[in-house]
Amino acid sequence: MIEFDNVRKCYNGRAVIDGLSLRLKKGQITVIIGSSGSGKSTTLKMTNRLEDHDGGYIRFAGQEIKSFKVEDLRRRMGYAIQSNGLFPHWTVAENIATVPRLLKWDKARIERRVDELLDMLGLAPAQYRQRLPHQLSGGQQQRVGVARAMAADPEILLMDEPFGALDPVTRAAMQQEVRRIHRLFGKTVLLITHDIDEALYLADHLILMNHGAIEQQGSPMEILRAPRNDFVRDFIGREDIGVKQLALQTVASRMRSGLVDPAAPAISGDLSLKQAMSHFLTLGVEHLNVLDADNAPAGSLLFTDLLTPVGTARNG
Amino acid sequence: MADAQTLHGDRTSALTSPLATAARHSRWLANVTLGLALVALLGLTLEMPALEGVFRAWFPNLARPVYLQESFLNLLLSHLGLVLASSAVALLTGLSLGVFVTRPMGHEFKPLVESLSAMAQTIPPVAVLAIAAPLIGMGAQPAVIALSLYGLFPILQATIAGIESVNPATLDAARGLGMYPRERLWRIELPLALPVVLSGVRTSVTINIGTAAIASAVGAQTLGTPIIIGLAGFNTAYVIQGAIVVGLLAIVVDLLFERLQRHVDRVLGRREGAN
Repeated sequence: MIEFDNVRKCYNGRAVIDGLSLRLKKGQITVIIGSSGSGKSTTLKMTNRLEDHDGGYIRFAGQEIKSFKVEDLRRRMGYAIQSNGLFPHWTVAENIATVPRLLKWDKARIERRVDELLDMLGLAPAQYRQRLPHQLSGGQQQRVGVARAMAADPEILLMDEPFGALDPVTRAAMQQEVRRIHRLFGKTVLLITHDIDEALYLADHLILMNHGAIEQQGSPMEILRAPRNDFVRDFIGREDIGVKQLALQTVASRMRSGLVDPAAPAISGDLSLKQAMSHFLTLGVEHLNVLDADNAPAGSLLFTDLLTPVGTARNG
Repeated sequence: MADAQTLHGDRTSALTSPLATAARHSRWLANVTLGLALVALLGLTLEMPALEGVFRAWFPNLARPVYLQESFLNLLLSHLGLVLASSAVALLTGLSLGVFVTRPMGHEFKPLVESLSAMAQTIPPVAVLAIAAPLIGMGAQPAVIALSLYGLFPILQATIAGIESVNPATLDAARGLGMYPRERLWRIELPLALPVVLSGVRTSVTINIGTAAIASAVGAQTLGTPIIIGLAGFNTAYVIQGAIVVGLLAIVVDLLFERLQRHVDRVLGRREGAN
């Protein structure tokens, strides 16, 4: 989908990114994480040419991105940023319709698309179409920002710290939203963040950047299991690594089918093992029954099951 | 304990309603002021001769206490024409220059343009008239040039300030979504800069209304004509008549701009402190 090949970027003659090579696979959520100054935002901005690269190649759909007309390239890529990127003088509907209008879709098609997106993001069209951005909460503004990025059905969605300005609760809700939307449409996503938990939760492929270069990349579980050096270990949080691994797996993936203890408390199979651990500790038990989708006991999870070697399969 | 609820309810309504009432109050006051000023302006413009008795009593030594050489309506119209022409030139020039120096290609000219137009404002309009009149001749033309130069700065300044006040994140989004520079300018930057630009236009036009009176010194017919003639002939009554009408005109136009700004703010959906 997107390929960076030995890419270099200079500011005032000094290279801030050098020899960067990476691949975004179609249909995957790729998350680039790093502290400020790591070059993660520059990497995203080079993708839609808000910044131009000074060396190497960046290819989109097999072609060097400089061969596209820059506005055409950007219209094929959705772009969502931290809140306040909405146009304050346009209604919610007009904001979402930005790219379809630039692409000169006909009116009826635009209206249908706007309503569809509002519905999908849980904003009742009749109630929200005509609102102005300042009449929305931070979370709602961010939803509209995401809807605007997705409006013209772009081939890839670029998200630059999209939830950075939100409170933790809204932020968690938006992360779930992104996962849900991704499950529905399987869009290719490139997301930038400095929040390791957000990165681990959302990423299919995680890239850790530092000083303009990649420190390590792989699936979240690969990185948690085998951090390559001290920088990576520090970044993913030394003491929490075990807990973070548990957070990536569901109770259902470790369940002992069929075994049910009538005296034990029950939890849902959709919970993460991290949440299950918390239940073990707060309830003071070593045995939990696991409920299936119909809330019927389907098996058990024992405290010691948390210790089973971590698999590479990822269940979300 | 049931009272606590009521108390709380009272407190919240007490917090919001005086503000709303105050806003309604100030709107009402502005409307009344505008109405009174408009009536006074039209009344004096059309019926100045009717006040002859008043001025005769005030200035018993003057043989002709009311300016009658030209009707005040004609003076008002030619005054307005002068202001309109020069403000249009100032607006067009100021807006284009402001847009130009905020584009990447014009950026290096920004300091130059700003200091030139600031200089234009420090030159007294009388001096511009004095230089322009021998070159161009007497009459309205040198006046339009002097007033345009004079009104340019507030509009240019406001255009630059307005465009630069647009949230960088908004522009980043506009760029990232694939708007052409032209689309960004017309759909995002100018509409969002409009309230600030408008306040610059308001300042410029209001100043020009006062300054246009001076243009009578080079023979342009304005509401300043009775003032100049009055000063030359020691006729204080003429000076007062011209000055009052100019003053009222400035007040009426200023209040009209205030209404326009309120309207624009409403249409743009911007409230104080929002976004």
